[in-house]
Amino acid sequence: MADEQKPGGSEVPSPPAGEGAKPPAKPAADAAKPAPPKPAAPPKPPATMAATPWDSDLAREVKARFGDGVLAASTYLGQDFVLTKPESAVPVLEYLKLEADFDYLVDITAVDWPKRAERFDLVYIVYSFPHNQRIRIKTQIVDGFEPRTATGVHLTANWLEREVFDMFGIRFAGHPDLRRILMPEDWQGYPLRKDYGILQQDVRWVQENLGIESGQ
Amino acid sequence: MPDTFLDSTELVLNMGPQHPSTHGVLRVILKLDGEKILGTDCVIGYLHRGVEKIAENRTYAQFNPYVDRMDYVAAISNGLGYCLAVEKLLNVEAPPRAQVVRVILTELNRIASHLLWLGTHALDIGAITPVFYCFREREEALKIFEQYCGARLTTHAFRIGGLQYETYEGFERDVKEFCKMFPPKVDEYEELLTNNRIWAGRLKGVGILNGDDCKEYGVTGPVLRAAGVKWDLRKAQPYSGYEKYDFEIPTRENGDTYDRYIVRMQEMRQSVRIMEQAVEAIPAGPILGKVGKVIKPPVGEAYVSIEAPKGELGYYVVSDGSTQPYRVRVRPPSYVNLQALDKMVRGALIADIVAVIGTLDIVLGEVDR
Repeated sequence: MADEQKPGGSEVPSPPAGEGAKPPAKPAADAAKPAPPKPAAPPKPPATMAATPWDSDLAREVKARFGDGVLAASTYLGQDFVLTKPESAVPVLEYLKLEADFDYLVDITAVDWPKRAERFDLVYIVYSFPHNQRIRIKTQIVDGFEPRTATGVHLTANWLEREVFDMFGIRFAGHPDLRRILMPEDWQGYPLRKDYGILQQDVRWVQENLGIESGQ
Repeated sequence: MPDTFLDSTELVLNMGPQHPSTHGVLRVILKLDGEKILGTDCVIGYLHRGVEKIAENRTYAQFNPYVDRMDYVAAISNGLGYCLAVEKLLNVEAPPRAQVVRVILTELNRIASHLLWLGTHALDIGAITPVFYCFREREEALKIFEQYCGARLTTHAFRIGGLQYETYEGFERDVKEFCKMFPPKVDEYEELLTNNRIWAGRLKGVGILNGDDCKEYGVTGPVLRAAGVKWDLRKAQPYSGYEKYDFEIPTRENGDTYDRYIVRMQEMRQSVRIMEQAVEAIPAGPILGKVGKVIKPPVGEAYVSIEAPKGELGYYVVSDGSTQPYRVRVRPPSYVNLQALDKMVRGALIADIVAVIGTLDIVLGEVDR
């Protein structure tokens, strides 16, 4: 929290500082090798984020309030986040807005982890104007799960959820207007999924609507 | 004569995407009752290039120039946000000299961005002259960018960890000259517009968005400040050493188009103030921190946001420990602010929507990414 106000690398907290010592060492090791342009799959990096438990009044309050619904409260690089069960994410948002002054929903986004059983990370970033504090609410959902919409809590969730639906194919239950927003409405496929290739396109759509063989 | 001749039912009118006052390729479908707007639906995505997808297929450094192509009138702010996000993941900080130069260039870019906004906004309203004045001064700012890094618009001015280029001979002189030359020019614009009866008549009371609605819609930047919320990330959560500079956050109370105009005019003066202080205090020293040639942040994630000319510009970067970002999410201020358009123009006249789109200061490259 306190670190949030001083972005950059000068934080004192121990775990990130320990992490910070690594990057300068690594490039040196890479430079010694015969210049690999893309070290494609080095098995070295640890598989998980070196986050530490987030201990604060707010974290304890949220945990007490939602019990099993909150899986963990962690902090990484001075940024705090709460991991919740899928069905608890929106209630936590609502609680934070109404009772902890987190009145500004900054962003909603998703991250695709195709090899994981719960395929998507759904991430809500909220900010509190009175407390000048920013936290993230994260939840892991399986492909096909329809999380509840947050439009009833923050109006700004409307377009943000539409974009998540457009890019990842996550449908939000109860959303008032769930249409694609950036891609054409009848486009097939969800571009930000990891199994969607960078050159991939909806060939039929391109041929019918643009009158060309391929957009590539 | 058919009965429908004087039909007074609702009319659906299409505006854009090829409409000069939509500032790019924004299409707005308007539902009208005569000249009154009953509702709008924005159709966006014409400029969608899949920037976030591209990020996953480039290395951290390779993706850096792409961010300039989102908000292309404030490319330097985009670059700063991205570099800060990756630096956060790497847990490094740019050296002091780089930070000060970054602040100077970012503020200069804020002025350039606001000037483009002012010129085109006034043009939309029907005032032809300001656009020539604004482009005249914007040219001086772009000349400094060009001298510094060779590019005028999509500058790629910063690198992860600091700067690529040392400042050129005479950089400080040019910035000082700009700071001296510019405030009287703002007076000139204000003379043309601020007390102009037509200008005030077209803007006052139009497109009102109050502070609570701003928060509800996630609207940030000058739009939020014009509604009386004194919030600027440069003060709230300072980055790049903004806490060292003495400047004000201009705010207004009414949240209408005129107030947003006043706020941006004052912001330009504040940017000059910041630059004046920064240019006097450029420390000596290295310009690039220790990031190494291969940028490979440890597994983790970070969200870093800055006060871009249009509002809060955030980057949520997820690293899987490889040389390419696993996910880069851009939180674009224009996209989020545009969502409030419907709220702002409901019940207004069709001519007002032009003023409101102008005052939101959207850049479609950033809306669509």
